[in-house]
Amino acid sequence: MRLDVIFRVTAKIIIPFALVFALYVQFHGDFGPGGGFQAGVVAAAMVIFYAIIFGLEAAQKVFPPRLVELMVPAGIAIFAGVGVISMLLGENYLNYSPFAANPALGQEYGIILVEIGVLVTVSGTMVAIFYSFVGRGR
Amino acid sequence: MALLTLLATITIGIIRLRNLFAVVVLGGIYSFLMASVMIVLDAVDVAMTEASVGAGISTVLMLATLYLTKTQETVPAHTPLLPLFVAVATGLVLVFGTFALPPFGAADTPVNLNVAPYYLENSIRDTLVPNVVTSVLASYRGFDTLGEVAVVFTAGIAVLMLLKGKRNMKPGPKRRRVR
Amino acid sequence: MDLLQTIVAHYNHWIIIFLMVSGLYIVVARGNMIKKLVGLGLFQTSVYLLYLSPGKILGGTPPILSPQFSVYSNPLPHVLILTAIVVGVATLALGLALVVRINEAFGTIEEDEIFAGEEDE
Repeated sequence: MRLDVIFRVTAKIIIPFALVFALYVQFHGDFGPGGGFQAGVVAAAMVIFYAIIFGLEAAQKVFPPRLVELMVPAGIAIFAGVGVISMLLGENYLNYSPFAANPALGQEYGIILVEIGVLVTVSGTMVAIFYSFVGRGR
Repeated sequence: MALLTLLATITIGIIRLRNLFAVVVLGGIYSFLMASVMIVLDAVDVAMTEASVGAGISTVLMLATLYLTKTQETVPAHTPLLPLFVAVATGLVLVFGTFALPPFGAADTPVNLNVAPYYLENSIRDTLVPNVVTSVLASYRGFDTLGEVAVVFTAGIAVLMLLKGKRNMKPGPKRRRVR
Repeated sequence: MDLLQTIVAHYNHWIIIFLMVSGLYIVVARGNMIKKLVGLGLFQTSVYLLYLSPGKILGGTPPILSPQFSVYSNPLPHVLILTAIVVGVATLALGLALVVRINEAFGTIEEDEIFAGEEDE
């Protein structure tokens, strides 16, 4: 097991940058290609990569299964909650215009909030699915 | 065009191989090729998703399933002639239908004339977001996306329900006979 | 010359149809459940291409607005397919989970063997 030193070193070099890349994809999605779906999948892929190289226990120490399973409904709650807030502010469901004085700026804030919800649900779901598949094998 | 031909070649490989491990790896290659085709088709967001989802996550999940089951496919008992006939007949009918479709890359087709120009013209004014895909995804069609996220959520919950419970180790009668 | 133009104009459609039909063939003809899921994936990706290829405009750029460009490809199919891919992998995971459970219950993932086991009862 100790012979895979190349994998371990490479993984330790790659993973932080890839996670930062996921955040870049997330928050730069307004201006370049990217968004919540892609960022969620990239982040989940990095967690899976970590679990493959260092073992499931090590990965579950960093990203506990309880947290991951909590992320699955939390993201959709953020998404739907943004809609409810926009209703409380006197607009239609999921119309983000009242979030700022300028309706277009409000739309942009709303898009960022909604994309965070998408990120949380997608990455949580992918990692939870992976954990349950791998946990089944032992 | 060359990429599309490569896609078709890999598909033939996927059909012919019986080693499931090789099939899954070919599926990963297929996904990367598909992502390249999507870049050629100007769908950069989609290509990014396909490269990370199709080649990354789904390949890993397939390999995990192979680890839990078995990696060799048996030869089916019945001949594949009837499915082959059905597939070829369906394909010929569909190819006949393509001659009525507009040629590739035309700008004046109904697909490109109805709602898309509105999004392209008004995205900056309405949302200040230059990436039209993002603004349509999260703002113009936000409710649609909420539904998609709900589908992902539901599928995730269903997988957790199926696989999370304790494994039922009582060997049922069926299980013993098949082994 | 005319023939060549027809081929160039419809080559993408024919490849899409080939992928779709081979997915259909795998799903119908093969008894192995993982192979069936791969076939479903082929079918699904052919539909992605079917949606994306009419949205491409020759000479267009990706739909990220910038003053330097004036022709953009259609963004709407991109949005639809983007969500469809993520939903597709979630449903694929669901199918694989079902395969794992079937393997635990029957000891096989071949359709024929499962049917044979049922008939023995």
